[in-house]
Amino acid sequence: MRETLISFEHYTFQYHVQSEPTLRDINLQIKKGERVIIVGSSGSGKSTLGHCLNGLNPFSYHGESTGKLTICGVEAKKSSIFELSQYVGTVLQDTDGQFIGMTVLEDVAFAMENDCVPKEELIARTEREASMLQLTEFLNHSPHQLSGGQKQRVSMAGVLVKKIPILLFDEPLANLDPAAGKEAIKLIDQIQKETEAAVVIIEHRLEDALYMGADRIVLMEEGRIIADLPPAEIFAKDYLVQAGIREPLYITALKYAGVTLSPEMGLQRIEDLQLDEVQKEQVRLWFGQEEAGKSKEEKEIILSVENLGFGYKQGISTLNDVSFEIHEGEMVSIVGKNGAGKSTLAKLLCGFQKAEDGVIRYRGRDIATDTIKERAKYIGYVMQNPNQMISRPMIYDEVALSLRGLELSEEQMQERVFKALKICGLYEYRNWPVQALSYGQKKRVTIASILVQEPEILILDEPTAGQDFRHYTEIMEFLKELNKQGITVIIITHDMHLMLEYAERTITFAEGRMIADTTPVRLFANTEMIEKASLKETSLFNLANLCGIDPEAYINTFIERDRKEREA
Amino acid sequence: MKRNKQLSIVSIVAMGIGAALFFVLGRFAAIPTFIPNTTINIQYAILALFAVIYGPIVSCYAGFIGHTLIDLSWGSPWWSWIIATAVFGLIVGLCRKWIYVQGASFETMEIVKFNIVQVFAHCIAWGVVAPTLDILIYNEPVAKLYAQGIAAGISNALTTGIIGSILLIAYSKTKTKKGSLQKEA
Amino acid sequence: MTTSLSFIEKDSFIHNLTGSTKMVFFLLWSIAAMITYDTRILAVMLVAGIAIFRVSKLEWKDVKVAVNFMLVLIAMNMVGIYIFAPEQGVEIYGTRHEIVHFIGRYSIVTEQLFYLLNFTLKYLAVMPVALVFILATNPSEFAASLNGIGVNYKIGYAVSIALRYIPDVQRDFHEISQAQQARGIDLSSKDSLVSRMKNSAAILFPLVLSSLHRIETISNAMELRGFGKKRKRTWIVQKNFRKQDFFVVVVACVILAISVGMITYTGSRYFNPFV
Repeated sequence: MRETLISFEHYTFQYHVQSEPTLRDINLQIKKGERVIIVGSSGSGKSTLGHCLNGLNPFSYHGESTGKLTICGVEAKKSSIFELSQYVGTVLQDTDGQFIGMTVLEDVAFAMENDCVPKEELIARTEREASMLQLTEFLNHSPHQLSGGQKQRVSMAGVLVKKIPILLFDEPLANLDPAAGKEAIKLIDQIQKETEAAVVIIEHRLEDALYMGADRIVLMEEGRIIADLPPAEIFAKDYLVQAGIREPLYITALKYAGVTLSPEMGLQRIEDLQLDEVQKEQVRLWFGQEEAGKSKEEKEIILSVENLGFGYKQGISTLNDVSFEIHEGEMVSIVGKNGAGKSTLAKLLCGFQKAEDGVIRYRGRDIATDTIKERAKYIGYVMQNPNQMISRPMIYDEVALSLRGLELSEEQMQERVFKALKICGLYEYRNWPVQALSYGQKKRVTIASILVQEPEILILDEPTAGQDFRHYTEIMEFLKELNKQGITVIIITHDMHLMLEYAERTITFAEGRMIADTTPVRLFANTEMIEKASLKETSLFNLANLCGIDPEAYINTFIERDRKEREA
Repeated sequence: MKRNKQLSIVSIVAMGIGAALFFVLGRFAAIPTFIPNTTINIQYAILALFAVIYGPIVSCYAGFIGHTLIDLSWGSPWWSWIIATAVFGLIVGLCRKWIYVQGASFETMEIVKFNIVQVFAHCIAWGVVAPTLDILIYNEPVAKLYAQGIAAGISNALTTGIIGSILLIAYSKTKTKKGSLQKEA
Repeated sequence: MTTSLSFIEKDSFIHNLTGSTKMVFFLLWSIAAMITYDTRILAVMLVAGIAIFRVSKLEWKDVKVAVNFMLVLIAMNMVGIYIFAPEQGVEIYGTRHEIVHFIGRYSIVTEQLFYLLNFTLKYLAVMPVALVFILATNPSEFAASLNGIGVNYKIGYAVSIALRYIPDVQRDFHEISQAQQARGIDLSSKDSLVSRMKNSAAILFPLVLSSLHRIETISNAMELRGFGKKRKRTWIVQKNFRKQDFFVVVVACVILAISVGMITYTGSRYFNPFV
């Protein structure tokens, strides 16, 4: 019997600022060396659970608890953040916020410095940990010189410099592109094997997190644990779907095909999946019956880019010879690794930066001389983080902001604001303060504040980053609705589900060049492109191969079926 | 937040981020005026906001650190004015409980109080502290220093008054409780 | 931060001193120059300062912009002084040797010229040392250095956080301003001053909110890694205090002592050649 490190017994937690408990009657044991993934939609209490483990609750965010929580034999309530930090090492999702040191070296050493470790030992231990995580060559780099994945490795090194029995990862994948996410999970897997620590991962990108294999999935809903089972067992049932969590795609695909799932089939990972001939035939049969999606007819070209080039620093071009066309009413995604030039492209389109080479045309007209303000009338840009855009406390004022400079009467202005609010489903909240809204609603406020200028093209930067499945669906269905009403939508993303499920076309960037302009399905059938774009192959691809079906056609069929399911 | 006899970690971080904001706004976001080489310093509005939210120690240090960094980035620190900035942060911070109770809404009364305090603090900082120190250090003509101080004081008080009040009203509205809101058809 | 001064890595006597040493030297040097108005001391300090600059292996091109900027600032101040008090020097030195008379109270007086010369020297004496301090001290060492000279390490760390997050705040600020510009909000437009201020509030509000959020995240991350647990902390970037550091600190003390000593000895801050 392995030693139990974490034990919740009838544990309830209520924040002082809330009128109801956030955690209710939690019973959970985690043993040495176990790997546990905690899933649940936003507000299910999974982050609160994590905060109870590392002591942020109740010591930073005050609250009352009943029942018992012991961590490595210490009763959490009577402990302190500092004491608990010896047992629980936490890696947060915000890779910039937790990178406190000015260089990699300082950040890795941070925890030891606070323990007054003498300098010689500091250097020795820091260098050892950095070489374990392949950071040696970056030791003198500042955070701005590192990618998201590298910053996360620094955070891990900073936690691992001390020998710690429990590692807690709070949404480690939220800010990483799929390839970097896969690397991160591999690394966690490797660290777990070397240190034999218990690993707790809070994450809603379940399929990605499962790449390393987990002993258990703990599913939370409304503050309670509703399932605590090995992955294969949880997938065999419908727990996840009922709780509004996205299942791995291959599981959904098998369910569509009517395959009866049992844990023995190796459901926990696509790599472990075993199908017998009958089951494979079921998948093939389903594929034969379903209809693949048809492509929309192409309309007039609304935006075209010819040989666009831009270099922030002399000699290093961030965009090189980029050409593509966007048709009116399309929904296009732009993908590629961080720093591949996606954001630069958006900035050039909106006029925040001036192109050094090439032409941008809007309905055939060269827009080089149009100012930011003039371009905003036909191209609207929505930033990733709504908190960075909202500049008025009240919703009505926020949406009306860009009209204030125009010569409009109060009635004309109100009419346009109300129209935008109605489109975005916010009309009934028009006199609310923005801060009273949920994240998804705030996102819609920012979209409304752009739509009020009546642009024909909308560019959105990572509209669903960090959102759970329900909010993701809410935002994307809303964008699809806008698209149906005739607005051309361009989405910068590295969410593979988003591309597959919503984009008609995907323009792919790598190292400042456009390397593909094709349908998402074709992109995902091309292993070489996937690697270049820092994406990850989808499990549907593996499943198709397993059953001997053409992956591209299969993925296409699956997506069509999935769309119908969502619409139903 | 953690109650500590010493400074809490949140205070330390607020000092650092406050100083970073002060630096960025002072260095890169000055609003040009009609007088050549004279800009409007919007960073004092943020410093006043931090004073109201985090209290005197945070705003005093944030102003001191931020202003020192601005001067160092130009080449040489002007200690008399740096100290005046710190004093401004300190005074507004000391009066924060009188201005506004955390969690309450920011109405006319609070705006008036805030502006009384910030005008007073600017008067002390630019009308008393900065010129006095300049006289002690450089023995510059009194008339010139007071003219400079009054000009800086008026322009800073004006910006802090307008921008600071807008920010505080907006900030207090972010604290509205959901229970008090109703949907309208 | 292309226009600001920042650390330049070199291998020089100055660069290899501890940050604390450089900070102490800079502070004592500044105080010495602040309290005295003695032309001889200030002149020696200026020459010594330039020598220190040479030792640091920094180059003229590294500081050209900053020096020119400071010279303009000093010139503007001199004009200001002359307009408000054309005979400040007469008041200080107690004699009056007029060279040319313009109109009213404005004329050129030797004492005033001498006062302005001293005023300029007072700034110039500090400038080379300040520039060396800024350009030859690794910002990573700032917090450790402050702690090394007796400042509470938490305050020292606040400085470190400021330096660490300035680029992040700057990026936020640019992105927010650009997004707001697309909505017709602009700081540089030809609007009235008041409406420009209101516009800037529209940019500042999202910046403030994201900063408040950032403060929360950073303090959580620091607390989870044990910041503030003990009364002391160690620093991986701190250099060892060596003989040459001791020497430099002693030199700084001597300079301050001379500056103070001259005042007590002569009974005045000024060197007066007119009597």
